[in-house]
Amino acid sequence: MSRRLMQGNEACAQGALRAGVNFFAGYPITPSTEIAEIMARKLPQKGGKFIQMEDEIASMAAVIGASLTGAKTLTATSGPGFSLKQENIGFALMTEIPCVIVNVQRLGPSTGAPTLPAQGDVLQTRWGTHGEHTIIVLSPASVEEAYYLIVTAFNFSEKLRTPVILLLDETIGHLRESVDLEKYREIRIVNRQLPRVSPEKYLPYAAEENEAPPMIPFGEGYRYHVTGLVHDETGFPCTGNNTAIEKLLRRLNGKIKAHLEEILLFRELLTEDAEYLIIAYGAVARSAAEAVKLARNEGVKAGLLQMQTLWPFDADFIYKKTSQKKTVFVPEMNLGQYAGEVRKAIGNTVPVIPIPQVDGMLIHPRKILAYLRGEEKYAQVF
Amino acid sequence: MKKTNEKREIRLSGTGGQGLILCALILAEAANLESKFVVQTQSYGPEARGGASRAEVIISDKPIDFLMVEEADIFLALSQEAYLKYSSNVKKNGIIVVDEEIDPAHYRTKVNAFPMMRTARDKLGSEIVANIVALGVLTSLGRLLPAASLEEALRIRIPHHLELNIKAFQNGWELGMERIAQGGVETV
Amino acid sequence: MPTSGVKKNMPKSFNVTKYLRMDKMPHIWCPGCGNGMVMSAFLRAVDTIKLNPDKTVVVSGIGCSSRITGYLDFNTLHTTHGRPLAFATGIKLANPSLEVIVITGDGDATAIGGNHFLHACRRNVNITTIVINNSIYGMTGGQYSPLTGKGEIASTAPYGNVEPKLEICKVAEAAGATYVARGATYQPVFLEDLIIGALENKGFSLLEVISQCPVYYGRLNKKGDAVEMLKWQKENTISIKAAAKRSPSALKGKILLGVLASSFRPEYTEEYAGIIEEAQRMKS
Repeated sequence: MSRRLMQGNEACAQGALRAGVNFFAGYPITPSTEIAEIMARKLPQKGGKFIQMEDEIASMAAVIGASLTGAKTLTATSGPGFSLKQENIGFALMTEIPCVIVNVQRLGPSTGAPTLPAQGDVLQTRWGTHGEHTIIVLSPASVEEAYYLIVTAFNFSEKLRTPVILLLDETIGHLRESVDLEKYREIRIVNRQLPRVSPEKYLPYAAEENEAPPMIPFGEGYRYHVTGLVHDETGFPCTGNNTAIEKLLRRLNGKIKAHLEEILLFRELLTEDAEYLIIAYGAVARSAAEAVKLARNEGVKAGLLQMQTLWPFDADFIYKKTSQKKTVFVPEMNLGQYAGEVRKAIGNTVPVIPIPQVDGMLIHPRKILAYLRGEEKYAQVF
Repeated sequence: MKKTNEKREIRLSGTGGQGLILCALILAEAANLESKFVVQTQSYGPEARGGASRAEVIISDKPIDFLMVEEADIFLALSQEAYLKYSSNVKKNGIIVVDEEIDPAHYRTKVNAFPMMRTARDKLGSEIVANIVALGVLTSLGRLLPAASLEEALRIRIPHHLELNIKAFQNGWELGMERIAQGGVETV
Repeated sequence: MPTSGVKKNMPKSFNVTKYLRMDKMPHIWCPGCGNGMVMSAFLRAVDTIKLNPDKTVVVSGIGCSSRITGYLDFNTLHTTHGRPLAFATGIKLANPSLEVIVITGDGDATAIGGNHFLHACRRNVNITTIVINNSIYGMTGGQYSPLTGKGEIASTAPYGNVEPKLEICKVAEAAGATYVARGATYQPVFLEDLIIGALENKGFSLLEVISQCPVYYGRLNKKGDAVEMLKWQKENTISIKAAAKRSPSALKGKILLGVLASSFRPEYTEEYAGIIEEAQRMKS
């Protein structure tokens, strides 16, 4: 039998193992703890390492340290922990250390509602750490997508030498559903590129234009320096060299932007002839899919664009997908975080109607349907 | 096996620690064994023990979009608090299964009361398997899935203490079948 | 205590440049700063016990002393403020064959990094940690740290520091470090021996080094120049061996130098190797 029952958090863990994870550091937090529990059991079985660190900051630091020795590393958390991880996520971005961070969103701010779903961290994943930066964030709408997207997250992370965030909501994290993982038997696994030069010639941060530099683990005879300070190709600080600073920051952005087409993952349901387009992600995309079908039954031409890649945000892509539509609806379990991005991308050409909800419940398809029917009117959130 | 309804929505409720989520998990596992599409979700509070707890299962022949139970075809309440909190939103002609220890004064609709806690306690020696007795009751009463698949799911999910749980399930299943034989199944 | 076999009080002479990234010189440290003295003692220790730079990782946090990683020709990691021990734990656990050394300052290790410090001691991971204690935040311009004395002056304690000092050696011992020592920059040979002892301990080693910051701490507290500050060290410290022969009253106010605690406990990565064995045994 190829289909099996699996929980979203378990799919994250199983997908990470499929991708070759061999180091996990974490800290207990609802609703992501199952990932740590599975890792604690599975990793030593394959010779990997699991450690429960003293806090969220330390677990982020430990995965970066481990990655520098060549390990494929994972950490998992939820809102309060994700806030604490921001400092070292920035370090991983700046020093180009591959690692994957799972955030199973719960309702915030602060302690909020640990067992209730929300999508309040969407903009935090984009701008959580300080300074100008570009980050990849993927968001699954099913258990199977959680599996597939965490493998993809590792692949992007390894290829582009960058932290990648897998953003779940509590609904998907704790959802159990039947999944077919057989089709991923041949899934491609990407590993970081090793340098082709001798230690004497190795420049740890010398990269092709808009690419990530090859990376050698610590301990292989290539002695080099890694710092969170701005640095040039040699890896050493270049705080006094404005040209080198800009070159670094431009490349950190460029290496992701140049691969946008590959990074941008999405699914479509009846978008082709749709007059009304719903843009949704995570568990809400499931409600939206049902709403589209209900609307179609009533003769309302609705369609769904499900974003699996939340960031980077491709404004041109969104513009193209929406320009012929009558109205764009963005249901989300926050007060319009992604809707704001969509509106930024398409301006006033097509009305963008947020469908916000922050009561700790999954948005109901009938709520979305009411908007599609025109029964619910747009209410200004801000 | 009822074939007319391609999508069955089941809501299980009770007190934290009664094993409602495990019960839902086994139901979902059995549905998966039957090659159905299935989703299982839950809602719970901070209590590991106590407080009202709810678990939901949707079983369908087609892929499932919306993940929550909208209107339950089958609703189970093992505690009074859970009954009061979660018993709205049951489909017309839906089946409500409650434990007989819930005070009938609270019933808002027609219910099917069963001695699930009592069976677990008196016949099986442990109230802890009341959830599995309930699983037997509601799967037979609701003609949800074949008993063999549910027993296989028990084997997969509770390999320890299997014998007791199989017994609990069979006791529940018989309670349900008896009621059907008596023609006494109440619907909403 | 292990000895390096060199003549007492005379630092051994060797070509320090082979361990340094000479193209990164001059360093950023102020004249009179103790960081260079610690670096020099560290490199002598490295040379004595023949540490392989290719297999050695030096991790630092943020602050003056943490800039040391930029100058050492090893695998070096200059991390975020207070976090070097957490990074180092990840490195050591992921690849226990690497020698992992953390060089940090008093603020980095005991204030912002205090929690990591406690738990690194408790886990007894085989990491050598050298805390260069200059009693002040130097990089940011002289603010008080947990190791600034009560009543002392700092830019954020203009009327005198109201907080008591943290006894980091006592904390490290209580938290489970298996080698705890204190040295001072005025005794570079002794310091080298203590570093060797720390490196040779299989477990978590904490070495506090009393150092001098003449530019901020010294100036604000009228402690004189670097030489005066080293003299102060000499007058206010006593080796634990010498202290054993003195009466308690004669030791009042004296800072003890030497190996303050050493013990044996299973090392973390070795323990974890046992976990891997057990997990694989249970699986098969």
